[in-house]
Amino acid sequence: MASDGGVSCLRRPEMMNVGIGGMEHPLLDVDEVHVLAVDDSLVDRIVIERLLRITSCKVTAVDSGWRALEFLGLDNEKASAELDRLKVDLIITDYCMPGMTGYELLKKIKESSSFRQVPVVIMSSENVITRIDRCLEEGAEDFLLKPVKLADVKRLRNYLTRDVKLSNGNKRKLPEDSPPSTLSPDSSDSSPSPLSPVEIFSSPPSSPIDDDNVLTSSPESSPSPEETPVRRQKMRSPGLD
Amino acid sequence: MNTVVAQLQRQFQDYLVSLYQQGFLDNQFTELRKLQDEGTPDFVAEVVSLFFDDCSKLINTMSRSLERPENVDFKQVDSGVHQLKGSSSSVGARRVKNVCISFKECCDVQNREGCLRCLQQVDYEYKMLKTKLQDLFNLEQRILQAGGMIPQVNIS
Repeated sequence: MASDGGVSCLRRPEMMNVGIGGMEHPLLDVDEVHVLAVDDSLVDRIVIERLLRITSCKVTAVDSGWRALEFLGLDNEKASAELDRLKVDLIITDYCMPGMTGYELLKKIKESSSFRQVPVVIMSSENVITRIDRCLEEGAEDFLLKPVKLADVKRLRNYLTRDVKLSNGNKRKLPEDSPPSTLSPDSSDSSPSPLSPVEIFSSPPSSPIDDDNVLTSSPESSPSPEETPVRRQKMRSPGLD
Repeated sequence: MNTVVAQLQRQFQDYLVSLYQQGFLDNQFTELRKLQDEGTPDFVAEVVSLFFDDCSKLINTMSRSLERPENVDFKQVDSGVHQLKGSSSSVGARRVKNVCISFKECCDVQNREGCLRCLQQVDYEYKMLKTKLQDLFNLEQRILQAGGMIPQVNIS
């Protein structure tokens, strides 16, 4: 729900850098990572913004898929001259949104010539394997289970930095070394166990997965790795770029 | 050594730990606190304030949807519960989130009575949490005003 007119910003100095529609970000420092965050929940937008800013990203946060497309200039057929200057290094979007879901937004981005190379990360509060797979198959870079934590964002940030410095514009390159992945989301200080880049970790078996069957994380204490909700990653093979 | 500050810090620490132990907060609240620093000392307070506003609005909307027994908009209620569950999860409001889980179940089977009970419970829980956190933030302020720093509290 958006009660703030679509783009979140607390009226405070540190929040005023958040872009409004497409009016800001004329020429971004090429070394700075610019993330477009999409979430219909104001609370979640504020949190994801802060998470990203703390990891030195510039953030534009919008409250719907439509506004995201509008910001990217994908909402009409006229090719915008401004697109050359618009630099988006990562799009992170909620899955469940009214109107256009994160999945639908993902598809539209992957269909566009200007932005299909931009990594798209999906966030969801529900750990549904079919949903995750569908997103990965459609080209999502990663899938984060909400609530999103600093460790999650740091991990994203790590594999972005190298891409931004090596490439120009919106091109994305596969990192040479895959980042280590971790199964314990609650202790960001724990050292991650190294896993091969294409490995998919599973959560413990539960009853048949459908959209009504969700795995909520244990609220009480840090879950053991076995209880950790699925963090799925998929790295494209080098040949696809 | 400033014993006033030390005392306040201990109070703060004990209070915060008790909130976790009593199930009001979960690890996500800890995550939010990590995002706060000297440059953004009110971050957590602001986020939870938005959350409480959200609660109030959503509860009102759902209450209206549930009002007339012969005409309950369960879709609307479900949407409200979903949003509430999401935002409570994002701020670490554990009890509120847990009520939302039950709430959703009542909604799924179109149990109006159950929904009304959950609505009442969620209202109670968010207001309780609001009071508790206000006390916590007041303690924080007192520490800062006494010239002390907010302790890092490790919850395990």
